[in-house]
Amino acid sequence: MNILKLLDKLSNDKFFTTEATRLETLTHVSTFGKKAAVAAVPLGLGALMATPVKAETVDSTVCGSFFKSALTDALQLALTLEYLENEYYALGLAAVGLIPNADRPVFMQISKHESAHVGFLKSTLTSLGETPKPKPVFDFTAGGNFMPFTDYNQFLILAQAFEDTGVRAYKGQAGNVMSNKTVLQAALQIHSVEARHASQVRRMRANKGWIELANGGSMPTVTNAVYAGEDNVNQAGFNTSTAFGAAAGSAAYDEVLSGSEATAIASLFIV
Amino acid sequence: MKKTINVSSQGATLDTGRRNFLKLGGIGLAMAGLTLIGCTDDDNFEFTDNTRVFDLGTGDVGILNYAYALEQLEADFYTKVVNNFYSGISSIEKELFTDLYHHEVIHRDFFKAAITGATTNVLPTLEFKYANVNFNDRNSVLATAKALEDTGVAAYNGAGKYITNPAYLVIAGKIVSVEARHASAIRNIINPGSTDFSGDDVIDANGLDLAKEPKDIVMAAGGFIKTPFTWKEMGIS
Repeated sequence: MNILKLLDKLSNDKFFTTEATRLETLTHVSTFGKKAAVAAVPLGLGALMATPVKAETVDSTVCGSFFKSALTDALQLALTLEYLENEYYALGLAAVGLIPNADRPVFMQISKHESAHVGFLKSTLTSLGETPKPKPVFDFTAGGNFMPFTDYNQFLILAQAFEDTGVRAYKGQAGNVMSNKTVLQAALQIHSVEARHASQVRRMRANKGWIELANGGSMPTVTNAVYAGEDNVNQAGFNTSTAFGAAAGSAAYDEVLSGSEATAIASLFIV
Repeated sequence: MKKTINVSSQGATLDTGRRNFLKLGGIGLAMAGLTLIGCTDDDNFEFTDNTRVFDLGTGDVGILNYAYALEQLEADFYTKVVNNFYSGISSIEKELFTDLYHHEVIHRDFFKAAITGATTNVLPTLEFKYANVNFNDRNSVLATAKALEDTGVAAYNGAGKYITNPAYLVIAGKIVSVEARHASAIRNIINPGSTDFSGDDVIDANGLDLAKEPKDIVMAAGGFIKTPFTWKEMGIS
């Protein structure tokens, strides 16, 4: 999205007046964060952009319920991803002879965390008055394309893909959970754990713990979607490749995945 | 009178437990000073100009300057590491520390540019001190790196809720996960094959990572920072 077009929209009074229905305005607000995230927004103009959005007058009950929907949708997405990881590692640990003894402590630790995340997210949703979605039926062969529970290399490949996806997916939902500070902080606290996991699994596969360019690191092409866009070297108008090159510049930042992008990846493994 | 803090080097354990964040069990590292040097103890700071101490500012500007301060610290530390690698460093570790140096310098320069574009209240270049860090000793460097990376994660996780601009929140999110990747790698190098990469000392029973308030982070990191600053909006003076 061209930054000038975005600013143009903001300077257009009609964007915020009665010509736009309340729901339309709210839709603009909810997608605004995503556009802002995706567009190369020079940060110097960031304050300029935030202010007009807050100036709108919207019925607080409509506003509240809309934001709550974005919030709980985000949590349901997170729960789906955690269900996936949790079952994946449980199955992996249960597969006799799959994980070498030396590596078991790592995957037991990761598994412990994913299980805790499932419980935590379910509790959080319940406390918000939402029924947590049930666990989907998973197919970790992705329709026969993988054999993660008989081939350890493939187990590691998918583990890396799931963790790197999780990091990007949580990041993509930050804007949607901003309305609840407690949930936001918890989401950040889960997000960084997934990053620790990702770093460890990557390094066990002789990769760096961080993602350089859009290269997952010895990953099959079917996982390309997990790394698409990770070669970004433009952070809010700042060129991150100037100092040390594109690999370092792209690795210094992880990129977001939208809810639909994350869902598409997860869906490969859902029956 | 200047307060003297003596730190023994016995029992080289780095206790990064949640309750004793960055407080150590008697190791000769700068972090030992972190909780010993109180925020309000002026004896331990060297002022160049007592009447003009920089304040980080209000709202999102304050948060950005806060992040900038921490990235300055990390960048400064890793610059020192790569300019004088510890003796016996492996080529793998050399590459790793070079990557960390690259990333933190990029983060630092990003914040400088971003804040300069948004305000005139830009944090100046801070001076740092590493009184008890031995840059020629692998254990010392690794332990310090671990503490700094864990600090970064905890700082961003705890600051996120104060950010009002969604674009800034996304930026912070893009950085904190990289700091967590760093922390995981360092911890794994210190204790390979263990659960330390995502250890029980930093991850709680809900599977949540550290999140610390700005006041606690600045208090803990203060031992590294020579240049005083305030953040009155966050109760840091």
